[in-house]
Amino acid sequence: MSPARRPILLIAPSLVFMTALFAWPLIVAIGQAFTGPGGPTTAHLERMIDDPYFWPAARNTALLIVVLIPVQFALALTMALLLRERPKFAGFYFYVWVVPLAISDLAAGLVWLAVFTDRGYLNSIFHTDYAYLSHEHPTTMFLAVIVAELWRATSLVFVIIVAGLQGVPKDYDEAAEVFGAGYVKRLRHVILPQLRPSLQVALILRTILALETFAVAQALTGRNLPLLVGETYQWYGFLQNPNVASAIALVILAVSLLAAFGYLRLMREAHR
Amino acid sequence: MTQRVNRRTLLAAVASTPLLAACGGVSTSGSGGEGSVDFLSTQFLPVEERQRFEKILADHVKTKVGFNPIDASVFATTVQSQVDAGQTKVSLLGGLHGDLAPQKDRLMDLDDLAKQLSDRQFPADLIELGKLGGGSLKYVPWMQATYLLAVNKAALQWLPSGADPQNLTYDQLLAWVTAGRQGNGGKPIFGFPGGPKGLNHRFFQGFLLPSFTGGQITTFRSPEAATAWQYMKELWAQTAPASTNYDFMQEPLERGEVMIGFDHVARLVNAPKSKPDDWLMVPAPKGPKGLGYMIVIAALAIPKGAPQADKAKEVIKALTTPSIQVEVLRANAFFPVAKAELPGDLPKPISLEAAGVKAQQSASSAIVSLPPVGLGAKDGEVAQIFKNCFKEICLDGKPVQAVLDDQAGKLNAILDQLKVACWKPDPAGSPCKAM
Repeated sequence: MSPARRPILLIAPSLVFMTALFAWPLIVAIGQAFTGPGGPTTAHLERMIDDPYFWPAARNTALLIVVLIPVQFALALTMALLLRERPKFAGFYFYVWVVPLAISDLAAGLVWLAVFTDRGYLNSIFHTDYAYLSHEHPTTMFLAVIVAELWRATSLVFVIIVAGLQGVPKDYDEAAEVFGAGYVKRLRHVILPQLRPSLQVALILRTILALETFAVAQALTGRNLPLLVGETYQWYGFLQNPNVASAIALVILAVSLLAAFGYLRLMREAHR
Repeated sequence: MTQRVNRRTLLAAVASTPLLAACGGVSTSGSGGEGSVDFLSTQFLPVEERQRFEKILADHVKTKVGFNPIDASVFATTVQSQVDAGQTKVSLLGGLHGDLAPQKDRLMDLDDLAKQLSDRQFPADLIELGKLGGGSLKYVPWMQATYLLAVNKAALQWLPSGADPQNLTYDQLLAWVTAGRQGNGGKPIFGFPGGPKGLNHRFFQGFLLPSFTGGQITTFRSPEAATAWQYMKELWAQTAPASTNYDFMQEPLERGEVMIGFDHVARLVNAPKSKPDDWLMVPAPKGPKGLGYMIVIAALAIPKGAPQADKAKEVIKALTTPSIQVEVLRANAFFPVAKAELPGDLPKPISLEAAGVKAQQSASSAIVSLPPVGLGAKDGEVAQIFKNCFKEICLDGKPVQAVLDDQAGKLNAILDQLKVACWKPDPAGSPCKAM
């Protein structure tokens, strides 16, 4: 075999894999979203947009990302920097902080449901009778989802940042210290720039995963706090309309692509 | 606490859906072994109900039966593909009226069997329904269910004067729950199943709207329907807000979160379990047009080309005997369609319900309605139209008529595709649509 063909052979398995499990379903989904019994149609798209749950779902999903991701990154970064100082029992803290990573979304949702539900831990500890998850209290309902998601998904960002920090040589940091840079200055000008690749990966991953938030919200609020992926499931599973389900799924895909593209662009520009 | 269990069940269902769907496609033959009657059913799908029913089959039916409960949409495609391909493998079908009606041309005539079953004394209107609009009988009634109000007797103290719980009007119900809320320190006493898996759409389709408008679909956006939804808005203001999380009313009722609740009898039966003497089961209220109530009819049919048609007829005979009908009631809370003396040793919650069902059926101004017929896979979407009306009118506070006009457009878009005939209480006519 000629050396020129070798790379194609090497990537062939992954090409087959991507085509079968990604490209093909994607094409089918596009077909489902845009064809009806009488040929091409935008009827499913209109149906999706007219649905009283769609815009609230889109709004909630966006709000979730906007609130969740900055808080999550601040928390994860703090946790990683704390660990970097090598406190006593650092290994123990590390394991405790990554435990949520091992827990399934649904289980995490249920754990937090036990906390927030009308007769849950929170109400029994404070002897209150507040319906945190009632549709009448959208703010607490939303906050409950935020807290649960923070607990569940911050560890992913944390692990990525810890891994990234290990690739940052101590020398730079020490050199900056010798020249009299304080902690904040070193963080801003030495550590964070070197963490950029890790942060970029974590941002893209987390944004896409946050767009796909589903099980935690479903467990906590049912359809009271609709989210886009939950709506896809609703249309596919309960309403048995794969066409509208595909249309919503495509919206999620488009937003994910845009977000990933945007981050890459932003990070590159910041680099220049 | 049960709400937690509730969510857990939901999530177990979420987690197992792909698994079940995977099974559904393949396992459409029963498990009874060689020579047994393959019995495909949309009923008794939950595993506990299934086991109890299989025990009844094993103990009381001489013919060997392979009982195979499946999802309604899988049922429809299975029957359709087997009969149309001339390769019928199932011999007995059990489903709701709405599951069997679309299969009308794939079902054997059962007039001869009906003659042999004349001693069962099925109600005449059920037999009429079983003809599916044609001249000959296509199915034999199997069992029935409906929806009732469960009332904790503690709520009777707030009953408005002159109101009889067995004979309520919608206005009295509203006055009652309003007074109850005031008397209960501001905590609502009324709840209804508005959760993701709740059957509140059946309340709108079969109770509220027929009682106010006399119809279900044709009158969807009429001025009377607007009055009905306006009433619903007022009732909702006095209803426990947690109702948007209630899937099975028996749970909040048993916990004491609410004292009056509306639901399907099978979803109310556990409410009075621990203290049956504290409870009443009463008919739904009456509206301006009468007492609208929905009857859920399950029936048995034999597909054309069934390999074991004769044995299947034996099974139908057995399942319609009064004693087995009572066993099914005892086990799974579905009521007999054959004339059966209810024994005195029925579980107390079931005899409470039996009294309520009887009172509801014998009401002078009853308007019987059916769950939608012939919608197939679109049933969920049509149900969602009614749930959307509730969300937009009661939860979001949008103007009633505008919501109804908007949702009527969507309803008609679905119905235009299906071109189905109207079902009770709308006048029979094809195609069915909101005027």
